[in-house]
Amino acid sequence: MPHTRTTDPSHAVKKVARPSTAAPRPPAPRRAPRKVRLWRKLTPWLFLAAPLVLLITFTYAPVANMLAYSFTDWDGVSPELSYIGADNYIEIFTRPELFQVFFVSGYYLAASAIQIGVALYFATILSFNIRFRNLFKGILFFPYLINGVAIGFVFLYFFQDGGTLDSVLALFGHESDRAWLGTSTSANISLASVSVWRYTGLNFVLFLGAIQSIPGELYEAAELDGANRWHQFRYIIAPGIRPVLSLSVILSISGSLSVFEIPYIMTGGATGTETFVIQTVKLAFQFNKTGLASAAAVVLLLIILAVTWLQRRLVPDDRVDLV
Amino acid sequence: MTTLTNPTPVVRRRVARTLTYLSLVGASVVVLLPLLVVLLTSLKTERQMAEDSGALTMPDSFLNLDNYATAFRDGEMLTAFGNTAFILLFAVSGTVLIGSMAAYAIDRFTFRFRKLVVALFLVATLVPGVTTQVATFQIVDSFGMFDTRWAPIALYMGTDIVSIYIFLQFVRSIPISLDESARLDGANAFTIYRKIIFPLLRPAIATVVIVKGITVYNDFYIPFLYMPSDDLGVISTSLFRFQGPFGAHWETISAGAVLVILPTLIVFLALQRFIYNGFMRGATK
Repeated sequence: MPHTRTTDPSHAVKKVARPSTAAPRPPAPRRAPRKVRLWRKLTPWLFLAAPLVLLITFTYAPVANMLAYSFTDWDGVSPELSYIGADNYIEIFTRPELFQVFFVSGYYLAASAIQIGVALYFATILSFNIRFRNLFKGILFFPYLINGVAIGFVFLYFFQDGGTLDSVLALFGHESDRAWLGTSTSANISLASVSVWRYTGLNFVLFLGAIQSIPGELYEAAELDGANRWHQFRYIIAPGIRPVLSLSVILSISGSLSVFEIPYIMTGGATGTETFVIQTVKLAFQFNKTGLASAAAVVLLLIILAVTWLQRRLVPDDRVDLV
Repeated sequence: MTTLTNPTPVVRRRVARTLTYLSLVGASVVVLLPLLVVLLTSLKTERQMAEDSGALTMPDSFLNLDNYATAFRDGEMLTAFGNTAFILLFAVSGTVLIGSMAAYAIDRFTFRFRKLVVALFLVATLVPGVTTQVATFQIVDSFGMFDTRWAPIALYMGTDIVSIYIFLQFVRSIPISLDESARLDGANAFTIYRKIIFPLLRPAIATVVIVKGITVYNDFYIPFLYMPSDDLGVISTSLFRFQGPFGAHWETISAGAVLVILPTLIVFLALQRFIYNGFMRGATK
């Protein structure tokens, strides 16, 4: 039917764009009347209307607005706002107390490195035959599912004077009367360890899944060749889970930059534990500096996008093939 | 001495095994101890808390549930569970509906701008939700949804792109010949979606319901920002408010925390396998 192609170019595109797995649709017996064709063209958009409206309203419109606000001195309430150029950005990078929050991310970044190491270790040993395997799996993963506020309270009590940690240390004859959340350094280390406690389970389960998708014959063959556990890890497991490993690295970097819940619940950002998101929330919703807060958020977004881009360049994987 | 300088493989293996188990037990203690202590604390009386400050001492009675009653009543946990259930119901079913519709449209139709639509969903995964709240807030406010339960519902539905991907993977695995035979029988696109695609998506729906359900149940940021009213507390924000009235009453705060953790534990024990699978799928796709 050559005339179909000339009158309806979208039909030609249709065949090319279909995924190769799909069988070609049988040709329509006769050209449908105009009304039916219009209806057919409209159908996918009817399915997509709700998702697209939500996507644009709650993802793209905010990003666009945020960019616009970041060049203003808007307070978020008054109808008046004036464009002040890049002043907000200059303020962020020149006022040390605003920029300091990035150093707090350093603690969480270091914690993520430990977290990935620990998760990798337990994923490896639990992918081999071990008694009570499922019990250990469950115990290690469970913290990830717990409500953040509950975790905050559990660990507030944990670090409390005479709380869990002090009592445990006393068991070992170590009388300590330090306030774990008292100084900036110890508070940040304590909070970062809570995030290790909370998120190791997620990394662990991701690694475990990846390790289990490696065919078992590989280990058997390696064992026949005299490889020990370390060799098996080094030459079979590590390369086998590289995509998940790199995904975890990127998730931890963006996660370290956008820490909010645990420090906000436990210290409210006091004693030098304020993170970037806490600061942004405070700027926007307590001090009504929507313009400045938007600029801060844009900076964070750009950093995260840059990190993601870098990771894609360094470790290309096939996860992007979605359609 | 020979065993020390030159251990036999059997000995070495046994030592390795012991160390492995020791590390597992150690990790379990690290995970469970803070939780167990909170459970113990929740069973202590106010007097016992005042007398000895040792966190590891046993409660006088394991049947002392007074703190739970106080936490439940004065902490308005019933309202909190009600609000959470309401939001869960709408947000999760909305996510399932929207995700499956989008996946069906993207996979089964070819239309102009299809590539653009896919790219829009893809790029959106790169934008972390916490960064855009300042601007999202203004939009939610302009719809008059601020301080209503619809704000979190809309946000949870609108920003969940992961579920669209999970559905997309599944829709692709459903043979197109099914659609075609239905079409020959005179079914239109909506009937095909409703009668063929949606029922076959059951495993994906289970995954999305679990992952989304846990995320919504545990979320603090969105309800905290968008529902400041007292009677609109969800479990996260209601528990957060314990800080004020219960101050240093750790026995009540602990009871509140246990009340919030308990449903998660029950769901986890009942659905373990699905939860692992769900999170692996949710995070890697």
